[in-house]
Parts: sequence; C-alpha cells; structure tokens
Amino acid sequence: MELKLNINDKLHVLDIEPGDLLVDVLRKSGYKSVKIGCREGTCGTCTILLNGNAVNSCLVFAADCEGASIHSVESLGTMAEPHPLQEAFVKHGATQCGYCNPGSLLSAKALLNEKPDPTEEEVKEALDGNLCRCTGYVKRIEAILAASKKMRS
Amino acid sequence: MSKKFKVVKTSVEKVDGYSLVAGRGVFVDDIDLPGMLQIKMLTSPHAHAVIKSINIKKAEALEGVHTIMTHENVPRIPHTTAGQGFPEPSPYDTYTFRRKVRFVGDRVAAVVAETEEIAEEAMKLIEVEYDVLPAVFDPKDAIKEGAPIIHDEEDCYIPIPVAYEPERNLCAHVDVEAGDFDKAYAESDVQVDREYYSHYAQHCPMEPHICIGYPDENDRLVLRVSTQVPFHSRRITAQCTGIPIRKIRVIKPRIGGGFGTKQEVLLEDVVAFAVMRTGRPVRWALTRKEEFISSRTRHPQYVNIKIGANKDGKINAMEMKVLSNTGAYGSHALTVMSNCGSKVLPLYRCKNIRFWGDTAYTNMPVAGAYRGYGATQAAFAMECVISEVAQKIGMDTVEFRKMNHIKSGEGSPIFEKLGEGKEGVPQTIGSCGLAECIEWGEKEIEWGKKNPPSEPHKRRGKGVAILMQGSSVPEIDMGSAFIKMNEDGSFNLLMGATDLGTGSDTVLSQIAAEVLGTTEKFIIPYSSDTDFTPFDVGAYASSTTYLTGSAVLKTAEKVKEQIFGVAQNMGPFKDCSVDEMYLEDAQVKCKTCDKTISFSDICNFAMYAKDQFQIAACESHITHKSPPPFTAHFVEVEVDTMTGKVDLLKYVAPVDCGTPINPILADGQTQGAVVNGISFALTEEYFFNEKGVMLNPDFNNYKILSTVDMPELKTTLIDTYEETGPFGAKSVSEISINGALPAIANAIYDAVGVRINNGPFTPEKVYMAMKELKK
Repeated sequence: MELKLNINDKLHVLDIEPGDLLVDVLRKSGYKSVKIGCREGTCGTCTILLNGNAVNSCLVFAADCEGASIHSVESLGTMAEPHPLQEAFVKHGATQCGYCNPGSLLSAKALLNEKPDPTEEEVKEALDGNLCRCTGYVKRIEAILAASKKMRS
Repeated sequence: MSKKFKVVKTSVEKVDGYSLVAGRGVFVDDIDLPGMLQIKMLTSPHAHAVIKSINIKKAEALEGVHTIMTHENVPRIPHTTAGQGFPEPSPYDTYTFRRKVRFVGDRVAAVVAETEEIAEEAMKLIEVEYDVLPAVFDPKDAIKEGAPIIHDEEDCYIPIPVAYEPERNLCAHVDVEAGDFDKAYAESDVQVDREYYSHYAQHCPMEPHICIGYPDENDRLVLRVSTQVPFHSRRITAQCTGIPIRKIRVIKPRIGGGFGTKQEVLLEDVVAFAVMRTGRPVRWALTRKEEFISSRTRHPQYVNIKIGANKDGKINAMEMKVLSNTGAYGSHALTVMSNCGSKVLPLYRCKNIRFWGDTAYTNMPVAGAYRGYGATQAAFAMECVISEVAQKIGMDTVEFRKMNHIKSGEGSPIFEKLGEGKEGVPQTIGSCGLAECIEWGEKEIEWGKKNPPSEPHKRRGKGVAILMQGSSVPEIDMGSAFIKMNEDGSFNLLMGATDLGTGSDTVLSQIAAEVLGTTEKFIIPYSSDTDFTPFDVGAYASSTTYLTGSAVLKTAEKVKEQIFGVAQNMGPFKDCSVDEMYLEDAQVKCKTCDKTISFSDICNFAMYAKDQFQIAACESHITHKSPPPFTAHFVEVEVDTMTGKVDLLKYVAPVDCGTPINPILADGQTQGAVVNGISFALTEEYFFNEKGVMLNPDFNNYKILSTVDMPELKTTLIDTYEETGPFGAKSVSEISINGALPAIANAIYDAVGVRINNGPFTPEKVYMAMKELKK
C-alpha cells in the first residue's frame, strides 16, 4: 500500500505492507538514526517525534501514520551545525556508545518544545523511557539542563 | 605528583561524539547490502536433552528459505566462544551445532532465509525429537556425585594445562595458599565465616549482538561485527569454519555497548557458514529476548569468606572459597573465578591467605565476561564480611579498613600466586589514592552522622565498600598501534584496540597528540579492522588505556624521532642536534635557536624532496604489572520497615585511576559502572521456572535503572600518577561496578540490623529478613 509521510519536513511517498512497523519503514527509508534495541517499546532507542510527540516507533504501525509529520534526529542538526542539545551531549560527556542518543535527544527535544525551562525532575521523567547502560544518566541530565539554558538565552 | 600536560588530562570532545549525536549510520546494522539474507536460530526448549532426530525437509521446502544448518550438516569442531588470547584459558566444549542441548536457549538449527519472517515460519516446520535428560540447575548440586553429566562427549578439552574434570561437571578449579591460614584463623581473637551469593544478570547493551557477513570481490569473507575482540573473532571464526585466517576480515564499526558480553564470539561462525553456503550477504541480529537467554550473563557465584582478626584490628587470616556457575558452557569459567581472588584478596594486608575456587557446569544460561569479572561477586562477600569483623571487634568499619588496606610500596602474595590460567606476576603497588578516596567519601557522605528518617516507620543507614581492580592482564595481553604522517601535518592512528563506546579512540588520540606536540584534532583514529589495524587483544580486562595507551605512546615516540631526523635533513635545522629539538604547536622547534619547521613542511619534505620515505611507525606493548585503580564507595539508604523497600539517598564514588587522560570520559565510566552496579544490587534478577526457563527476558520484567530511579550520585577523580602507565594512567572502566552490592548491604545493616547475603535487595527480601530478625 502507499503511504505519505512527512519525514524531517520532506514529503515521502512510500510503498509499505499493512503490517510494517514505523521503525522498519524509517530505517528502510534511510533514517538509520532510528535504532532497534528491543522491538517491544521498552528501551526507547527507536524514539522519534510523531506530530511533535516522542513515541517508540517500534510500537506504531506505519499504516496508521498517513500524512503524519515525523522527525528523526537527522532533523535536529548536523555534525557541522549541531543543535544545542546535540552539542551539550558531546560537551557534557552524555554520549558514550551513542546507541541511545538519537532517541534520548528526541525525548529531550519534545520536552523542551513544551517546557523550555524544565526542572531536573521533569527531565528525569521525560527521559525515563530512554534506557542507557553506559553513562549512568548523570551527564545526560546535566546536558539537557545546560542545553535548555543555552536555548533560552 | 601532578604533571603538566597539553592535551592529556583535558576533557577534549569525544572524537566520534558529533557523529553519534547526529545519528550517522555508524553501527553494524546501518548498512544495506543488496540481496542480504537473514538468520533465525531455533533453540532448545529443554534444559538438557539429546537430539534424537531432526527433520528439516519441510522447512527447506518453504519458499524463501536458502539453507538450514544443524549438527548433522555442519562440521563439529570443539572450540570456546570466549574471546581470549590463544590458547584460551577456557575449555573447548562448544560446537557450532550440538547433538546434545544443554540449556533452554541452546542452538538447534539455523535457518537462512530471504526475510526474518520467512525464517521464523521455517523454524516452525523443523521437526525435532528430543530425548530429555535430567537437568541440574545449582552448582552445588552439579558437583555432587550422581549428578547428570553435562559434558560427557569425548572430544571436549581445555587447551592449557589446568584442572578440567567435565566427568564431574567441574569446569575449573584453582587453589592457592600463602602462609598458614588454618593456624592463623584458629588463633585469631575474632572469627567470621559467611557465605554470600551473587545472582544472574545480563549486560544489557542497548545494541544487541549483531553480525553481518558477505563475500568481498575476491571471495574473502568480511564480517562486520559488534565485538570487543576483532582479532579473537577472526581467529575463532577460522577455527570453527576451516576458513584460513587470510581469507577472513573482521570489521568493528561503532559498537552500541559491550560490558563483556561482546568479548564473545557468538554469531560469527554461523554467519560465516551461511555466507559460504549461499554466497550472499547474511545478517544475524539477536532479539532482546535472545540477548537475555542465549547470549552471556554474569557468573552467579557462592562466595564464602572466613576472616580471622585480632582485637587490636589487625587481620591475621583470610580465606575465600568460590563456587562459580558457568552454565552450560565454560566461557571464562576459570578466569572469572580466579579473578575473584586476584582482584579482591590483595586489598587487605594479610600473611595467611587461602583461595579455593571451583567452577561448575549447570543446565543454565551461559555465563561469560561481565564488567567486574568476578571481582563484583567476590567484593560483595568480602566487603560485607570486613564490616562484620570490624563490628565484632567494636571498631568503626571505615577505621578498620584504613588500618588494613594495602598501600603504595606494598605487595600481596596473591599477585604472584594467582594469575589467569597460570601463576600471576609479583608486583608492588605503585600509585595508590585509596586513603584520599576514603577521606573524600567520608566527608561527602558525612560518615558517622546519623540522619533522622523522612517518616517514623523508616530507618536510615550508611554503608561503605573499598575496592581495587587491575589494568590489563600482565605478561599475557598485547596491544599495538600504527601511526603515519600526512602532508597537512595530521596523523593516522590505527589500532586493533576496540572503542565500544568507552571513548578509547579519543583517549588514545590524546596520548598520541601529547607526544607529537599537536592536538587530537590532527589525529585520525581508526579502530578496528583486521585487514588494516595492527593486532590488539581487544577491549577487556580494563586494559585499553594502560596497555594500548603505552603502545600508542611508544609508536608516537618513534614517529617523533623520524620527524627530528627529517628536520635535520632540512636546511634550517642542519646545525641543530636532536637533543635540542622538541615538538610543539604542530612544529619542530629548537631549544637553542628560534627556528621552527611546520609538520606540513616536514611531511612534504619526507614524501617529495629528498631520501623520500613515509614517516610511520608501529610498536607493540605488553605490561609487567597490572596496577590497580582504587575506589571507596559510600552510600546512604532509607529503609521502609513496613515494606522493606530500600531507597538510595546518596551514593558517593571517588576513584583513583592515576592520570585521567580525559577526565569527563573517566568520570562517565565511573558513573555508568556505579549505576549498573546499583541496578544489579536493587532490581536486576533472572527468574526461572523449574524447567530452567528464564521467565522475564524483557525490560518490562527485568528492570534496569532509568533516569527516575537515580539517587544523588557524586563522583570525583582522585589524582595520582602511575609511573608504569602512559602519562601516569591506570584503568577506570570496571572497578566502580563492584561497590553497590556490598556498600548498600552494609547500609541496610546499619539502618535495620539485617545482613542480606544475596542480591537483589528487593523489598520482599529485606522485609522477610527483618521479620526473621524479630523472632
């Protein structure tokens, strides 16, 4: 079946199967930042923004997303011009293996869109679904708070 | 103690940081190969059974199925999956496919098909008839007479001369003694004898194991693997498949975490056979469930500690007895068990020490390397018993530790007696910041101050644990590096050492930049590819910074000499001696004259002007010591007496890792290890039914800590300088995972008076212990 998706502000017309999961459709379309860590909505590495909300793309049927707007981490910034969140992750040591980074960055982005000045508790809650085994979370939380401060100034 | 550096000891940005946060396709699975086939593995539903018959005809006939591999059509070659140096100190008790299955999740048949869905369909069509055998799940039962024998085949063996008795499920045994333990223990004023148990746990890297294989244009086999050990992967794949090493290339791209589970050659043999059979690219990715059940776990262990001490606080006698459960195969069975003694016993001064270790086979999931590597399990028992001894004497538990812990200039008989599959290497402690760690931790946690609980039915308590680890395996592990210079003054740094998220590419670039008088931006690190990078044992045993770091330093020194030589050949430096030259700001400078030559001019001269050659060098390094990093963990808990729930209020972890080459990355290693340790201590647990089936193979039911579960965590780096390390560095990656179990257990005791001797410290367990205490 045909599916129209707006991925990172670019219209895609995709040929999909009715049972295809969004994570697989995105990865097949070249958005490799969307990771697979569990395929059951428990690790958060496949987090994307679906109409602005952070969701696990492994729990969403692509066919349900007709006309939706999707953002992956590729839309945040580039290596040369990183988004303040991406920059803060690097500067604060919040990236180790990096496998959870795209998902956690997008959860952070969704939070900051809604609450530009979150408390530490709000950051912790927003990122609760994005597991990380490398960093122990401290530097991730610091990075998000630092980025929010920078984005406000 | 502190030395001045330019690039080292600064928190430069991680060299791959921006690529990772930009979501670039840098991991194994991020490539699309035309015509790639998929593998799915049919695994055993029984804990112990012989495959009576296996019929793959119907499955093979399914459209889209390319080939199916079983023990009937794949060569039976005994090997170990443990990615260790050769010959491995682990038994050759594994075959690509086996006639007999030994745990629920063991390999039965691999289907190679167009898609994973077709492979899964085909799996349902495979008819397997099993002869189910009695199974044994606990190592204590496994080594009893009359227990079912798990490895009764004739062709399994261990390739080094050590104890191996599979006929009684004994996978490994070690015993050593210094002094006279029995006599000293008997004569001691205070004696404590306790058994502790460390439970099953999984590493949970966010990226599960994955391997993609394909034939290259010359029909060589290329394996793109999420591995910590690319060179061991190549060697063991060659061993299992019969493909010569020269026809295999292993590429390690960016890795999504390892923590030891990727020190295992787990997928490569099957992928290699599949590529050989089909001539197509083939991918095998484990699911999270398979990661829990069929990959590797921490070795669950019973650790019994006996300590005898005098009333004045001096330790007279220490004994550690370990019974380790390796599960169905003996990956790292001997070395994890040995490490219990070698990384924990030397921490305390004592003349009479005995270590006794057994590792048993059981019909349980297979254990392997896991950050901490035995020290985690043993430190739990040791640090709890140390506190108990102090309390029995009537001493403060921190004062008792201060009085007895090893110090700079001291040795331990254990260093010499207990190695990895052979005797150890004698060593005395060089740098030791343990006293400073304790001092910092005491202050942060306000040791000795009892805080009031937040509610009347809650109790507060504080606990401590001190720890050491090592840095590489001395006189066994080898690392090497290759550096070449480019016309713009940059340098390629090629290493077999594997950055798996740890930041070693950055740290090793900093070491090269420091020697070469440039910045890390002019170092182009590449790790690892067995075709292009020199040999390295890989990322394990807390070795990369200390071991490969020294290799990089030596290589850079060689390159530096060549640069000086070229400078002398060039006009301006004709009259300058090499002794007067030095490298700074990407230039050759001279102490006596004020002339300079840029690196770019040096390289262009060497390449194009006169006596042309490539400025390049390759050096290797082995270590003769394994200098321990040290740490002291302090924790404050609040225990709910109505539910048994343990809340962590504050966790403090200062660490002495010598010179932190990159402080922010070293600190990140500490924080990650601490949180993994806390998670292990409080929530992570495998549940099994009576048939040996793991019941909770997912993150909903196997709980690893997330952001909302975080206590206040304070870490710091205590500055010391290890003379034998590159720019004073020691290791940092493993040590801090070992503290949570004992520190929290000691804090629970301080709060509510119960000693929990097995993890995790769930509300139920703590509550029941409190109830028992009241009786």
